[in-house]
Amino acid sequence: MNNSAKNDYPPGLIRADDLEHLLKALGAGGFRIQAPVIRDQSIVIDEIKSAGELPAGWTDEQNRGHYRIKRRSDNAYFGYVVGPYSWKKFLFPPSTAILEAKRTGNGFQVSAAAETVSPTAFFGIRPCDLRALQILDRVLIGSEYRDPIYQKRREQILIVAVNCTEPGGNCFCTSMESGPGAAEGYDIVLTEMIDAGQHNFLAQAGTERGNLILQQVPSEKATSDALKSAAEAVQMAARKISKKIDTADIKEMLYANAEHPRWEDVAKQCLSCANCTLVCPTCFCANIDDYTDLTGETATRVRRWDSCFTLDHSYIHGGSIRSSVRARYRQWLTHKLAAWHDQFGSSGCVGCGRCITWCPSGIDITEEVAAIRSGTVKAKAI
Amino acid sequence: MIHKKKPKLAVWKFASCDGCQLSLLDCEEELLAVAGAVEIANFPEASRAVVGRTYDLSLVEGSITTPHDAERIHKVRRASKFLVTIGACATSGGIQALRNFKDVKEFISIVYATPAYIDTLNKSTPISDHVAVDFELRGCPINKYQLVEVLSAFLNGRKPVTPRHSLCIECKLKGNVCVMVAHGIPCLGPVTHAGCGSICPSYARGCYGCFGPKETPNTSALSAQWEKLGSSPISIKRAFRGFNAFADAFRKESELYEK
Ligand code: SF4
Ligand code: SF4
Ligand code: SF4
Ligand code: SF4
Repeated sequence: MNNSAKNDYPPGLIRADDLEHLLKALGAGGFRIQAPVIRDQSIVIDEIKSAGELPAGWTDEQNRGHYRIKRRSDNAYFGYVVGPYSWKKFLFPPSTAILEAKRTGNGFQVSAAAETVSPTAFFGIRPCDLRALQILDRVLIGSEYRDPIYQKRREQILIVAVNCTEPGGNCFCTSMESGPGAAEGYDIVLTEMIDAGQHNFLAQAGTERGNLILQQVPSEKATSDALKSAAEAVQMAARKISKKIDTADIKEMLYANAEHPRWEDVAKQCLSCANCTLVCPTCFCANIDDYTDLTGETATRVRRWDSCFTLDHSYIHGGSIRSSVRARYRQWLTHKLAAWHDQFGSSGCVGCGRCITWCPSGIDITEEVAAIRSGTVKAKAI
Repeated sequence: MIHKKKPKLAVWKFASCDGCQLSLLDCEEELLAVAGAVEIANFPEASRAVVGRTYDLSLVEGSITTPHDAERIHKVRRASKFLVTIGACATSGGIQALRNFKDVKEFISIVYATPAYIDTLNKSTPISDHVAVDFELRGCPINKYQLVEVLSAFLNGRKPVTPRHSLCIECKLKGNVCVMVAHGIPCLGPVTHAGCGSICPSYARGCYGCFGPKETPNTSALSAQWEKLGSSPISIKRAFRGFNAFADAFRKESELYEK
């Protein structure tokens, strides 16, 4: 929510035409640049080399189980919100070998799977997704038990965040206090401003290395008017957000409603397909599989994304604990919004809305929470 | 190697198109390793030689459609320590199970000049309806990497990794953009067993359900979404009447759209 970054670096105004220089400075600094691009009629994250590859002039229409890209009337570089994949795919890869074992004379020799990672700039990460990274940091490397794969990759990341000036149809960061302005955790944050023929970015460094990059980009000192209109643009975005979750006592409320009939209703509509969890920027469940080759000479241990929506995820000797879809949906929502507080000291949801957009059945987490809170029982599927 | 003696492998064919057996021959790179690891004792597509009387592992392709096959499968079972069924025919009755929804006698009288020569059952049924099956490998056709995985697992005394979850998970692992949400294309992926590697969605097509129902498939919720995307009742019925038409969940859903 808070857009007024409190630090000593002076904010600068970069002309949109000079955005290329920012990318050049990142490239010269040895960073590969991951940024939004258009692929398969949607805005995904992929490697870019120049600003011309950004989806300038495009926006996204998001609804329950619905996503389309559309042309904008202006040439905004960041006139859309979050796409089908979050940045977690770079830090917590979908599938990765973690161990290899080779048979020796009378035993095995085990080695960690080697990987090299290169310095990478997350260019255009939104405030909600930035908050999600901070949550993953807490979960995966914030205690004595650390995920070495995540840690190694995370150390190589430079963050160029972009504040939102136009929310998407399923955004509710305002409820989760994660956006639409970035409060912390960035090296650089940009706010795009298009007004009366002027197209500029307000650029603010959050760290010394961010500051050094910005110094290589042509800019002028931001006037107080520019600062004010950037802040207003973000506040305007916040006002445009209509989706919300009432988070008051949400943990206690959900714990108290474990037997609410609404869980049965949503289970009738839920496909247990797992899309919601795989698109979620904070879901971190994984499965470990062991493979051998035909000769039995080598074995590989692979970690891949899994989900609390699969039957096998809750399998223990003798059977699965959560055999019903009711139990699986309840597990997901209650973990995300309630148990996460007990485990990691925050909500597990940042309000990015991906689980709503990418649910093929159009289930809306905000509506489920509201129904459980109000005690109303929905009789009919949407 | 764990086994001192090479295990004997047999491949058996029932009513099928041979496509699944061919998946084994298609494993060009792995085939030498397979041949090194097992003694292929019976394999109609690769050789005619049949040796020995018992087999450590039998791969069974095809469904049961004739009285003769209904007996033969019991012999195969008795001769096999492990019996693994491969492909949609063997695991659900296959595309030929479309007959199960109609009167077979009527077909016979239309198609054959001398119907009396035809000795066939009313229904095409999966192998597991007739004998105990140790493992089922889904797909029409099966995925060759999954077949190699099943063989490796068998040879090394472990469980094969062939997850029962939705095809959507394979889409997400691969980085596909969902065709249903982003393009409005009806897709069977949310109720379909993973295994193919999400081939059709990777080419902007909806899934055809070749691997049959996933665990806990919610077919009616998916049909409701298909209707919203504009699918007619007849096209929904046809979607579930594919290669796995007689798999319980798909059969029941198609029957709801029968009229
Ligand atoms: S949820 Fe908020 S921060 Fe995230 S994309 Fe939407 S408006 Fe931006
Ligand atoms: S639960 Fe849904 S809205 Fe919340 S962070 Fe995950 S995907 Fe985004
Ligand atoms: S809530 Fe939606 S996306 Fe999640 S498992 Fe259920 S149907 Fe799939
Ligand atoms: S394209 Fe089909 S299989 Fe892939 S995620 Fe979408 S609904 Fe699931």
